[in-house]
Amino acid sequence: MKKKFWLFPLLVCILMLTGCGKSLSDQSVLKNVKQSNTITWGVKGDVKLFGLIDVRDGQQKGFDVDMAKAITKHILGPKGRAEFVTTTSQSRVPLLKNGNVDAVIATMTITPERKKVISFSNSYFDAGQSLLVPKSSKIKSIKDLAGKTVIGVVGSNSVDNVRKVAPKAKIIELQDYAQAMNALKSGQGDALTTDNGILFGLAVQNPSYEVRGGTFTVEPYGVAVNKGQTGFTKAVDKAVLEMQHSGEYNRLIKKWFGDVPGFNYKELYRR
Amino acid sequence: MINIFTKFSSQLLVGLGWTVLSSVIALFFSLIIGTVFAILEVLPNKVARVIGRAYVEILRNIPLLVITMFFYLVIPKYVIKIDGFTAGTIGLTLYTSAFIAETIRSGIQSVSGGQMEGARSTGMTYWQAMRYIILPQAFKIVIPPLGNQFVNLVKNSSVLAFVAGFDLMYQANSIASTTFDTINSYLVVGILYLIITMPLSYYMQHLEKKLA
Repeated sequence: MKKKFWLFPLLVCILMLTGCGKSLSDQSVLKNVKQSNTITWGVKGDVKLFGLIDVRDGQQKGFDVDMAKAITKHILGPKGRAEFVTTTSQSRVPLLKNGNVDAVIATMTITPERKKVISFSNSYFDAGQSLLVPKSSKIKSIKDLAGKTVIGVVGSNSVDNVRKVAPKAKIIELQDYAQAMNALKSGQGDALTTDNGILFGLAVQNPSYEVRGGTFTVEPYGVAVNKGQTGFTKAVDKAVLEMQHSGEYNRLIKKWFGDVPGFNYKELYRR
Repeated sequence: MINIFTKFSSQLLVGLGWTVLSSVIALFFSLIIGTVFAILEVLPNKVARVIGRAYVEILRNIPLLVITMFFYLVIPKYVIKIDGFTAGTIGLTLYTSAFIAETIRSGIQSVSGGQMEGARSTGMTYWQAMRYIILPQAFKIVIPPLGNQFVNLVKNSSVLAFVAGFDLMYQANSIASTTFDTINSYLVVGILYLIITMPLSYYMQHLEKKLA
């Protein structure tokens, strides 16, 4: 019986060792994708308008997905293939760091904290954080949140933003946007907060809810790659610029945001 | 790993507190509910047996996450407003109680039928015989499997993370996503879970030896 006590420290040691070791993500991503002629993208699977899995064919569809396809063609040529892996706000950074995906294009805001662990391309979309509430709600803007429960998603920076802007609000973090929306519908919170693009998508799916209060942050979305992969970020920047010049970018904006009520998609146009 | 612990110690201790609280509440009530349904399952009355059977079969054959989501999303919409912690703890209690009922039922049935007959022939009523003769022996037999259920219960309490119950797992998700240090964040909470479950399982082993 007594003998077994050495098991516990041993276990702890083994677990700690797994924390070390060099990851396989140190090789050049740009070189690898050119060799395999395939870029594996991490995209969202639960965000309408950006990356949503279509239950009929199991494909991810949205602005981010179309951008990824276009960027792939620009980097690898017309025969380049884009593969998609569904990620969540929580899993996208670990998947990137482990090398499961080459790049992430998943409604991801460029922030200084994230820049410490991963690299970003220039912004390819400018979002801003806002609030989604039931149409009957009394909440008009971020100022009305004191004492209210705000729902956010684990791993998104919107939760930290609310903590700063409305310190008196109670915050609960759920696993993904579908769950957060369900919690809002069940009355587990008074408002759902994240970037306006995502919220407009949710409002399209749930007509008794609306986006309110304008935007209270600026959230530039970037393509994320592993730390130090500057070759790849430069290629992405070049591809996005080419798309802006050719009007391809604006066509995609119109395709995805043209029909969203209450959203002036022309503000997003770039040249 | 130490950095994560020192930097987020208050957050982790809050998580530990909620996990322990939820586990203690669920352990207490699931033991009571489980015992009640175990007795229902062995009663001579057929209706009682069917009720006991149905309860156990339904709850132990549905995933814990589904039960918890039901209490988190459906009940607040139509019945009464309950928060994530309450919903998670109720789900955990009901789910575990089904397993505990099965465990105790098998214990009761492993006590030889002669014990009941002997007790009844000395003039005890059915309930007296159950209370003083059958159940004490049954509990002694089921201590090892019951210990298993208790340890499972503590680990299953991580379901609270999915309904914002502020438990250890919830804090781990939150820390992992702010620091991006996934491995160490989960290592720390893994060790914190061990700190709860190891003494529990040693205590159950001790109890087993003492009563055997």
